[in-house]
Amino acid sequence: MAEYHLTTPISEEDARKLKVGDIVYVTGKHVYTARDEAHHRALEMFTKGEKPPVDFEGSVIYHVGPVAWQKNGKWVIVSAGPTTSGRMELFEDEFLRNYRARIIVGKGGMGQKTLGALKEVGAVYCSYTGGCGALAAKGLKEVTAYEWQDLGMPEALWVITAEEFGPLLVTMDSHGNSMHDDMNKTVAARKAEVYSKIGVKV
Amino acid sequence: MSGDELSFLITCPEADQMKDPYQVIHDVTYRLLTKAATVLPEDIEKALRAAHDRETNESAKTQLAAILTNIGIARNGIPMCQDTGIIIFYVKVGEKFPFIGEVKKALTAATKKATVDIPLRPNAVNPIVGGNSGDNTGVKIPWINWDIVEGDSLEIIAFPKGGGSENVCIVGMLKPGVGLTGVKKLVVDNAMSYMGAACAPNIIGVGIGGGADIAIKIAKQQLLRPLDDKHPEPEVAKIEEEIMDAINTTGIGPMGLGGDTTVLGVKVDYAMRHPASLPVGVAVQCWAARHSTAIISKDLEVKYITHPLEEN
Repeated sequence: MAEYHLTTPISEEDARKLKVGDIVYVTGKHVYTARDEAHHRALEMFTKGEKPPVDFEGSVIYHVGPVAWQKNGKWVIVSAGPTTSGRMELFEDEFLRNYRARIIVGKGGMGQKTLGALKEVGAVYCSYTGGCGALAAKGLKEVTAYEWQDLGMPEALWVITAEEFGPLLVTMDSHGNSMHDDMNKTVAARKAEVYSKIGVKV
Repeated sequence: MSGDELSFLITCPEADQMKDPYQVIHDVTYRLLTKAATVLPEDIEKALRAAHDRETNESAKTQLAAILTNIGIARNGIPMCQDTGIIIFYVKVGEKFPFIGEVKKALTAATKKATVDIPLRPNAVNPIVGGNSGDNTGVKIPWINWDIVEGDSLEIIAFPKGGGSENVCIVGMLKPGVGLTGVKKLVVDNAMSYMGAACAPNIIGVGIGGGADIAIKIAKQQLLRPLDDKHPEPEVAKIEEEIMDAINTTGIGPMGLGGDTTVLGVKVDYAMRHPASLPVGVAVQCWAARHSTAIISKDLEVKYITHPLEEN
């Protein structure tokens, strides 16, 4: 397990170095928030041959719907912990293939479609502790743009400059490893013992 | 102001303390929402701290340490989680409380103000035509659970609940033949299916009996019980213990990344059931178990329960 401090845009080579269990801190201008609606819109634009307001290549895509407010005319992130990434399993593989983001950040992990795309494209999925919105906001230093505002505050595309945003725990890498799959196996192996506590026969 | 009114104000010692009931309910609710979003009730934080000290799993320790650091930052007035929830209140209104008519509009106005000031994330979306109302209010929201009780005071609980844990709540309409073992299995199987997605360590509320709506209603109410509270009936307390032990044996751990602390508490209650039905509601709460309670007397004296005023 190693610790990395990466600056955006992140290269494919750097992303491929990362392995499950590594800790990453991210600095740079290419940290973008995207949830269900932003993924949907980005993919629609790709299909239509339109250009999104940012270049996603080498970026960090954060599954988050932040709380933000305007101070002296400038947007500031107040609280921004990860949302459940499982919802984005619908589109993440296509998003990765089309746009080549290098780090996806969220919580709860993602499925086999995404794991396959991470391997193909050279990217990783990192888990950030769910509910830790106040802590995460410390690393999200500046909002440089607030795009797709019509989607509403949580679903919009926030363009953020991060400073040592982390610790991000790599839980899915570009080598086909997933800590979430491992956890599923661990829990499945304990099922008989779990059931014995409540009198369920296997 | 006329001379008569002025002399009344000067001679009446309580004149400057005359309170507007709407304003009192509004201001109390505003404080409840603020405290709920930023400061965890003491028993929850204590349980997270104890879990951190007890865990030997490295990943669990790291996750819990981040949670504790986050709680410390939030205490200064920052929402601990960006998902400040859909706004729900539990209101117990005494039959003789004189200002029932003020409650709903005061709660709604306080929600709007809290959304701007704290701030809270606007989380009220129209499911039919789409669009976010922007102020956490809208059709039937904030949702108010009304309960009419004996007495002359008003209890308000602000209970903003995040979407991640809400998404894994379930109602199972079991066949009565599966018995209590079937009930326990439903709760444990649900935990093993969502793993860490509900921001474990969780608190789980279970409601047995009644009907589909009653079971989930009872289940959700259990999330407001103090963590050290055991059901007064030993048979039910035993079910709480068994389910908690079983889920903590899974190894799911904080955030589903492994460890011994998957649930901080399991709380069960029940209602009589129909002979043909065994409804089971399972309500899941994330570690950020935010709620805040106050009681307002008929004289508009306020007592804060979960988040006492500093000078008290």
